Amino acid sequence: MEQTTGKWKTVVILFLICVLIAVLPLAINRDSEFGGADGAAEEAISQIDPNYEAWADPVLEPPGGETESLLFCLQAAIGSGIFFYCFGVMRERHRHQKESNS
Amino acid sequence: MTKKQKKLVIALCGFSLGFAVTPVANAMHIMEGYLPLPYAIGWSVICIPFLAAGLISIKKTVSEHRKTLIILAMAGAYAFVLSSLKIPSVSGSSSHPTGTGLGAILFGPSVMSVLGIIVLLFQALLLAHGGLTTLGANTFSMAIAGPFVSYGVFKLASKLKCPKLVSVFLAAALGDLFTYCVTSVQLGLAHPGSAGFLGATAEFLGIFAVTQIPLAIIEGILTAIVIMGLESYAKTELTELGYYKRGGIS
Repeated sequence: MEQTTGKWKTVVILFLICVLIAVLPLAINRDSEFGGADGAAEEAISQIDPNYEAWADPVLEPPGGETESLLFCLQAAIGSGIFFYCFGVMRERHRHQKESNS
Repeated sequence: MTKKQKKLVIALCGFSLGFAVTPVANAMHIMEGYLPLPYAIGWSVICIPFLAAGLISIKKTVSEHRKTLIILAMAGAYAFVLSSLKIPSVSGSSSHPTGTGLGAILFGPSVMSVLGIIVLLFQALLLAHGGLTTLGANTFSMAIAGPFVSYGVFKLASKLKCPKLVSVFLAAALGDLFTYCVTSVQLGLAHPGSAGFLGATAEFLGIFAVTQIPLAIIEGILTAIVIMGLESYAKTELTELGYYKRGGIS
């Protein structure tokens, strides 16, 4: 039991470190909008190679920011849904095995 | 259908659904139309043998280690969640982790080349992210180069008797970072401009790689947490995948 509590503590601390790494930049660069790095690359290309023109266009493009964020949430929701469903299945299985063994 | 087949179908449905809704700006891949044709074709051709190896490897895993299918689904879902997390970075831009390290460590790198190209294909087709003309280059960086580095780092670190979770952290973080280094080199090759190949690559590295450093650390930590969970609840599957063997010490 003690071992499990220790593990949980480690996990919580590790998560907190992750959050910290993600939040710190917001405090450091107060005037940045944190745009995508691919947008920045597009700009760099137009500076390095001013004559280059993109020769293909995306097949479909979401109409705006709202639709985009909807797709965003769906992606995260479905992904973590599958992930934690599997995780839950394995945890319960583990518990059952333990119970039938004792 | 047997129970196992049903499970497989459900897992696959989940996957395709998930991949289909990957949003526009979620991954910082090379944009549609931004690689000249010879490069677009060249990178695609390079990917072909890796994809073939990946398909063979998946087939083998599915037929010989059915039990591990649930872990394969988790590895895919994991890559999927992580690529939806656009995280602000110290450089003032945002980017996201790749999430390919976990699958590469557990299933080997070629499996991730197949999962990765599926993600990229859907993004390019439905969400104006990345692109069909840049699919080859993006597959090479995210689904081949990154996973291979993760796998190599994990093996090396294990051989050097690093604690397992440290090996996992290093593998996932370095694979993530390497993906974006490859992207920078690809752009530098295609757009040397007046700065030349090295100058241009340095410029792109400044954009992609610097932004990616803190995110790579986050991916490393998260992947280590996931492996901790799997070690507690999925010992059978991990043993079957040779996770303990590969690591040497258990």
